[in-house]
Amino acid sequence: MRDRPETERKKQRNLKGEMPVIALEHVSKSYQAGISALRDVSLRIRKGEFVFIIGNSGSGKSTLLKLLLKEIEPTEGKIFVNGKILSRLHRRQVAKYRRGLGMVFQDFRLLKDRTVFENVAFAQRVIEAPAASIRRQVPAMLAMVGLTDKQKSFPRELSGGEQQRVALARALVNNPVILLADEPTGNLDPRNSWEIMELLEEVNRRGTTVVVVTHNQEIVDMMQKRVITLNKGILISDEQKGGYSYENQNLSL
Amino acid sequence: MKIKTFLYSFKEGLKSIYRNRLFSLASVGTITACLFLFGIFYFILSNFQYIIKTAETSVGITVFFEEGLAEEKKQELGTLISARPEVDRIHYLSPEETWQSYKEKHLKPELVETFGEDNPLENSDSYEVYLNDVSRQRTLVNYIKTLEGIRLVNSSDITASGLASFNSLVGYISAAILVILLAVSVFLISTTVAMGISVRKEEIAIMRLIGATDYFIRGPFIVEGILIGAVGALLPMGVLYLIYGRVTEAITSRFNTLANVLTFLDIHTVFARLLPLSIGIGIGIGLVGSYLTVRKHLHVV
Ligand SMILES: Nc1ncnc2c1ncn2[C@@H]1O[C@H](COP(=O)(O)OP(=O)(O)OP(=O)(O)O)[C@@H](O)[C@H]1O
Ligand SMILES: [Mg+2]
Repeated sequence: MRDRPETERKKQRNLKGEMPVIALEHVSKSYQAGISALRDVSLRIRKGEFVFIIGNSGSGKSTLLKLLLKEIEPTEGKIFVNGKILSRLHRRQVAKYRRGLGMVFQDFRLLKDRTVFENVAFAQRVIEAPAASIRRQVPAMLAMVGLTDKQKSFPRELSGGEQQRVALARALVNNPVILLADEPTGNLDPRNSWEIMELLEEVNRRGTTVVVVTHNQEIVDMMQKRVITLNKGILISDEQKGGYSYENQNLSL
Repeated sequence: MKIKTFLYSFKEGLKSIYRNRLFSLASVGTITACLFLFGIFYFILSNFQYIIKTAETSVGITVFFEEGLAEEKKQELGTLISARPEVDRIHYLSPEETWQSYKEKHLKPELVETFGEDNPLENSDSYEVYLNDVSRQRTLVNYIKTLEGIRLVNSSDITASGLASFNSLVGYISAAILVILLAVSVFLISTTVAMGISVRKEEIAIMRLIGATDYFIRGPFIVEGILIGAVGALLPMGVLYLIYGRVTEAITSRFNTLANVLTFLDIHTVFARLLPLSIGIGIGIGLVGSYLTVRKHLHVV
């Protein structure tokens, strides 16, 4: 009976949209005994936020994203995403859970033997979307990333920036609640990097929660978003409208 | 499963077969060999069984009585013989019937005239005993010889029991060869499917991240295995269907002295059972081979 008011309050917060869409509570991850990739990380990301995650190589950024995807399990702590407690998801429920997440990587990970259109449509086919939805959604996504005239091209015929835009279209075609990007501009020149970032901002404006891991200092400084900094697996700062501050730089040295 | 997903699996399965065509071909080849041999053994076994069956009903034992044996005594003997488990049925042949069939079979009409109304086989009435199991003919003959009032026991065909034991030998050998070939087939299908999986590793990883269900990811590989198995079954059946008539004809004409013993089963009778059996085995091999591999290689989330 004591718990009642609290659960009630939680429900209310949920209704107001204040319930975080991502929450980590004292999460640790060590791949091998003794070496921790993440140590006691707690954080909350609300629906509709745009968050950068920065930190030196090996600081645990990719590990954090993999935990959110339930590719790996935390050694300790609890993870909530989209109202689900990840540790409670059964093996069979993982596929459905992942449909709420979009994922973009540094190396694009497109299917080389398929056209741009088919690469994007692939995401719809995989979740067994009806043909009508494929006909509607795929061109819409390609238009959004500005690749309508390249839809018959193969990945090898595209520039890096274009390939990443295809990957972005694929990540978004199933209308995910959250978009996770692991160094999406890592292989791109400044101009293409900015184009991708502008697209991510556009996606965020349309309501998708966006989490971007990046090493691109200039972009982080310019965009004035929330910045979470990891260092050797520890969350050392979490600032609204943050930047790639000199403090962080010094700490990481 | 949605029809669309099934079609997708089918298409991807075909693609996978084509991509690994060398291994697919090897797999189809072994299954074909396996089921070709299976078909041949099946022919031999079912035809032998058929020949033996015909032999069992045509080949019998004839039991003659001692001279002047009383009618009740004969009936008593009949009951005793009928009660034996290996006996299918017995038939009493009166002296008249015996004389009649003897006349028809062995005597010229002009010679028959000379006998007039006399029956020289007055004392040659008999029981014809039909067996339900030829291999126990000897036991029965020995038993009947111990009975009182019996003059003679004629058992016409001793090759029948030899045929029966040969039949079971063929059965054992074919079973052994089949087991080995089945194992090789499953192994080859498994290898083919494993290669298909390794070629598509990247694609599978992406599918997982996007949220493809297990059965969606596994489907194409299972289909691949089933298709290989089905083709490997249909191919030898087609060949066997074409050659069955010719082979049986050749055997009959080669051994025409045995023509009345060598009666072969009708091709449709044989295939009515062989075809579904082979397709079942082929698909079974494909399913087992691919399912085991898919479980092993696609288990990690
Ligand atoms: N599969 C793994 N097995 C063992 N150790 C791992 C594994 N993956 C990562 N690690 C280790 O965990 C730590 C964090 O790795 P992670 O990939 O999360 O870093 P990162 O912040 O993404 O680095 P980068 O900026 O270079 O991509 C590193 O020390 C790394 O060596
Ligand atoms: Mg990384």
